[in-house]
Amino acid sequence: MRTLSLIIISFLIITISYGNESKTYKILKNLRCLVCQGQTISDSNSDFALTIKEVVTEKVNEGLSEKEIYYFLSDKYGDWILFNTPLKKNSYFLWFMPYVLFILGGAILYIMIKKRTEKIK
Amino acid sequence: MKKKYLVTIYSIAIFVFVVLYLSLNKNNVYTTQENIGKKISVIELNYFDKPGEFNIQEISNFNFTLLNFWASWCGPCRKEHKHLVELSRNSNLKIIGVNFKDDKKNATEFLKEMGNPFFILTKDPEGKKSVNFGIYGIPETILINKDLKILKKYVGPLSRKDVREIQRIVKK
Repeated sequence: MRTLSLIIISFLIITISYGNESKTYKILKNLRCLVCQGQTISDSNSDFALTIKEVVTEKVNEGLSEKEIYYFLSDKYGDWILFNTPLKKNSYFLWFMPYVLFILGGAILYIMIKKRTEKIK
Repeated sequence: MKKKYLVTIYSIAIFVFVVLYLSLNKNNVYTTQENIGKKISVIELNYFDKPGEFNIQEISNFNFTLLNFWASWCGPCRKEHKHLVELSRNSNLKIIGVNFKDDKKNATEFLKEMGNPFFILTKDPEGKKSVNFGIYGIPETILINKDLKILKKYVGPLSRKDVREIQRIVKK
């Protein structure tokens, strides 16, 4: 019974720590190293990146969500630290323009095809 | 029909030109402008040479505070130090030093040699607490008012021009 409890506890600890590790890695991959040339915090070994890695690991272990960690860092360093630009008033154009162009292109194509078919008829 | 095509092509060309022009003119270098006007976080920093912690909220007791992040191993910090010594003579301003990822002995020697402009001296040996102030390299200096609002943030060593600007703000 005791052995079984030990196995279950060990399994839970491993699962939680692995989950935290992959969450930390995912967050670090989406953070820009401010002192490097286009590198993520995860890829960089600069002094700044090493500090941020430690801070993020601590925050993950404290139980903060991915969103909360992004919020904390963008509050301190601005949205520039995030590779994935958040949806805000000044980024509406960036987020919605591809969809608008896609719909507009589709509509133009539809009208053109329709006109040609009518001509052939 | 030909006119329609020309209008479409010209519209697309103008659109592409405008997008490229705006993107290329956008400054992609990290600036600290977003921090201006924000309130500083509740942070406790360890005192440099005595046990205990200094709560950063206590700076509301001073009219203006200059929070300076420095280290003895940092060359530009040596360069700006004379400006900090000069600013420390201003009665309306208190300078709080945060010794960043440094060796205590070296930092003490640095201050002995260059003078100590700090009203309160704290330390951040791991550099993690400095993240709360948006620090990404040193030296960095933050000017804060009584309401704990960030008025200015200087990245890199303070220049003569920065000193004049700080003196002007603090005079008000």
